[in-house]
Amino acid sequence: MATVATTAAQQRAIDANVLLRKQRSLWGDALYRLFRNKAAMVGIAIIILAGILAIFAPLIAPYDPTLQNTKLNNMDPVFAGTPYTNPHYFLGSDELGRDILSRLIWSARVSMVVGFVPTALIFVIGASLGMLAGFYGGWVDNLLMRFTDIVYAFPDLLFLIIIMAALRNTGIGEVLGGLLLIFVALAVISWVGLARLIRGQVLSLKEKEFVEAARAIGVPTRRIMFRHLFPNALAPVIVTLAFAVPGAMLAEATLSFLGIGIKPPTPTWGVMINEGFTVFSQSPWPVMLPAACISVVMLAFTFLGDGLRDALDPRMKI
Amino acid sequence: MLQYTIRRLLLIIPTMFFVALITFGLTRAAPGSPFDRNENRPLPQATIDRLNRLYGIDRPVTEQFALFLGNALRFDFGSSLVKDRQVTDIIGQGLPVTAQLGVQALILSLAISLPLGVISALKQNSMVDYGSLFFATVGYTIPPFVIAIVLIFIFAVDLRLLPIVGWGDIKHMILPTVVLALGPAAFITRITRASMLEAIRQDYVRTARSKGLREQVVIVSHVMKNAMIPVATIIGPATAGLITGSFIIETLFSVPGIGRLYVLSINQSDYPVIMATTLLYAFFIMVANISVDIVYGILDPRIKLAH
Amino acid sequence: MPELLEVKDLKTQFFTRDGVVKAVDGVSFQLAAGETLGIVGESGCGKSVTALSLMRLIPQPPGKIVAGSIVFDGQDILKMDDDDVRAIRGNNIAMIFQDPMTSLNPVLTISRQIAEALELHLKMDRAEAKKRTIELLELVNIPSAKKRADDYPHQFSGGMRQRVMIAMALSCNPKLILADEPTTALDVTIQAQILDLLKNLAREFRTAFILITHDLGVVAGMTQRIHVMYGGQIVEKADTGELFANPKMPYTWGLLRSIPRLDEARKAKLLPIEGLPPDLIAPPPGCRFEPRCQYRHEICSQQVPELKHIPNSKPDHEARCFGTQEGGWLVNTDWRHDVGSLEQLEAIKAEIADLPLEAKRAEASGDTPPPPSV
Repeated sequence: MATVATTAAQQRAIDANVLLRKQRSLWGDALYRLFRNKAAMVGIAIIILAGILAIFAPLIAPYDPTLQNTKLNNMDPVFAGTPYTNPHYFLGSDELGRDILSRLIWSARVSMVVGFVPTALIFVIGASLGMLAGFYGGWVDNLLMRFTDIVYAFPDLLFLIIIMAALRNTGIGEVLGGLLLIFVALAVISWVGLARLIRGQVLSLKEKEFVEAARAIGVPTRRIMFRHLFPNALAPVIVTLAFAVPGAMLAEATLSFLGIGIKPPTPTWGVMINEGFTVFSQSPWPVMLPAACISVVMLAFTFLGDGLRDALDPRMKI
Repeated sequence: MLQYTIRRLLLIIPTMFFVALITFGLTRAAPGSPFDRNENRPLPQATIDRLNRLYGIDRPVTEQFALFLGNALRFDFGSSLVKDRQVTDIIGQGLPVTAQLGVQALILSLAISLPLGVISALKQNSMVDYGSLFFATVGYTIPPFVIAIVLIFIFAVDLRLLPIVGWGDIKHMILPTVVLALGPAAFITRITRASMLEAIRQDYVRTARSKGLREQVVIVSHVMKNAMIPVATIIGPATAGLITGSFIIETLFSVPGIGRLYVLSINQSDYPVIMATTLLYAFFIMVANISVDIVYGILDPRIKLAH
Repeated sequence: MPELLEVKDLKTQFFTRDGVVKAVDGVSFQLAAGETLGIVGESGCGKSVTALSLMRLIPQPPGKIVAGSIVFDGQDILKMDDDDVRAIRGNNIAMIFQDPMTSLNPVLTISRQIAEALELHLKMDRAEAKKRTIELLELVNIPSAKKRADDYPHQFSGGMRQRVMIAMALSCNPKLILADEPTTALDVTIQAQILDLLKNLAREFRTAFILITHDLGVVAGMTQRIHVMYGGQIVEKADTGELFANPKMPYTWGLLRSIPRLDEARKAKLLPIEGLPPDLIAPPPGCRFEPRCQYRHEICSQQVPELKHIPNSKPDHEARCFGTQEGGWLVNTDWRHDVGSLEQLEAIKAEIADLPLEAKRAEASGDTPPPPSV
């Protein structure tokens, strides 16, 4: 009898082992997959670091990013090995003698704000209009689809350029060094994509049995929308938003690089590249350093976005 | 199919109208006149007023817009406010350059991305796959102007192999074409790989193998025939990407195309040029999208375009 | 009589993140030319993997045939090079898959997909192949075949598509057809039509076939012999009539008890087999069915039973059960009346009741093979 007991116990241990492999909730499973993704974890680490720099920029940056010292301009970084270095300027100085390190740190602040604020706006506008259009259809839906057609005929950057160029010198363009205008411009063109995505999700989810079941037992419409439809449509929305953040950052950098984004002297990586480009053939540092910063941050967000997509919906395209 | 195509083509008209309306409204919303922008050498107010009258900028905005539409229908976009030339002339001069750059970049990006995407899907998790994924991620993520700057630094400043700016012979074209191609190439590589991986594990591929077909035949006539459908549809967005890319690349490399012209005219508030170029771009993108949808309908027998 | 197919000790495994899944674990059987065989078992028992192994269509990685031999027409398929295997696939052995909705290529016409094999194996030119394709479509009762040959799969209904699959399988006059759950995805009314068609055409073409199904009812009138599979192994082999009249394995009893019968006089309750199919990464140490068996004894969890001839049965009737083998405690048991130890049944039920709901659901919907991690 003793032997039977042992084997039965062994069997239970094996069974338990089997169950452990299979027992994870949907979101828990997604989180588990995300944390196993090394690239995504590196991305998160970099984003957190950039966030800290952004929040504590005034404490971390050694100098005022707009402080000019024309006697010590165009300094190379201390490690460059050229005679044109100065121990006070660890990463050198730009044409106007401003500390590049301080400017890079303050730029992180602008980039993070430019990344997250429009994304939040996009989420609020896109999610609510997309849900309305998908759930009620009718004229809301028609209007949304026609508007989408128009916005899709414009490439994002083309539209942004027009908005920025037109409104840059008006009152709204002056607020926060042009930041507010960028927020609005980005939100205005980008909410459409998300709204369309959510509309499509809601349209297909609406037909699913669990929604019909909820409706059949008399669950109020608003509750169906927020408790049943929204959570189920969430996975692709999260992924889209994760890519919207670096998208917004890239747009700002591109506009600033073209000279129609954030107004100097507010430092941003795009502005720094734009200003540094005039002296590029003499000294690559004022361009290369901000270029490296923006590349690293963009990569970090892409890693995170890819990781989220793989974790939430491995079958999603791209 | 024909009906669908005609309906889509007809839809271009209202869309173009709204594009014109929005662009017109936005450019006219800018304060002041395009002639008072030069802060170093301000023009006397009388001159500005005269210029405004000459170009019709003093009239009510609605009247200006009606006038613009009327002329635009006859392909008359007026003359530039900055250079004393017809807008159509200026665009006609830049368009071939931009078109050449764009076509070169599109061909290059397809030549890189299609084989890379296919091979990396067939050799999933191999070194080739990781390499192409790395390329796709970097090319997709790093801003094109940063890539351009790095390449300029390496090939033009450091090695002195290629000229930094300008347009003309082949040497001038290499860097702009490569940089412009990189973004779409990375994007298409990602799509091709994902689409191949999706198709390769479908049941019908197993059926094809069970018929005894050679692996090459299975891949080409069963897997790729399905996998290329989503790839074909992203040529549309890729074209839009090439256009926005051309703004940056042409500005950076001083390529005399309409991308650079566009950025310049934005900075100079050259309304007629902005209007004409924007409409041209919008028209081009819509035509590209319609072509893609039609190609999609031809490639995928399940799609009935009539609906 | 020389056998058409002789499978010996076939072992197919999948190498996954969680461990090695022993999907097929030592399967042996023979098939004569023109003979028909049913392989029956619940999902996850390794029957589909066995069929795919016969054609060397196991996706590799993660799968691999690690041992055994598959002698077809005197040649070992597992020792052939890829070209020789391809010459057999679709030509001498053809396969009909479970889901006709996904098994046909959506972007190729029906005729192209059938003609492909004809051009390849029978060296027909396009016109010949087209002509033969239309004949084949008529053979499987596709109405106005000539007109519909150039349609795409999405223009056909599920039953029609499965007819197309049968036409495709028959196209090169194969000696053996493997039909893997050919009717599972179809309506019940269509199922019977498709099975009849398959049976009649196989007889007409003198083609041997192996019908794989989870439904004992489906094979009843279809095949000469039946092999029952459980946990990657064959647990009982018998003539079809013998198996239904005189089954000799508690698992088979369980399967038979769970078939609803219209001809049953008394109102018998349907008895499901309690418990879950075995985990093929770490299978039970003794008899694989032991954890779910109401007739189990101590020995069942300690030693592995052999597939052996059973007393009181036809000479080629074999089963893998200590209880029904020579000297076992079930030799004279009548499965219809003796449902085994109720205590053990309760114990099995109690064990399942303890399992989290998730696992039960995952197991219930589990398909073959476990998802390979790639």
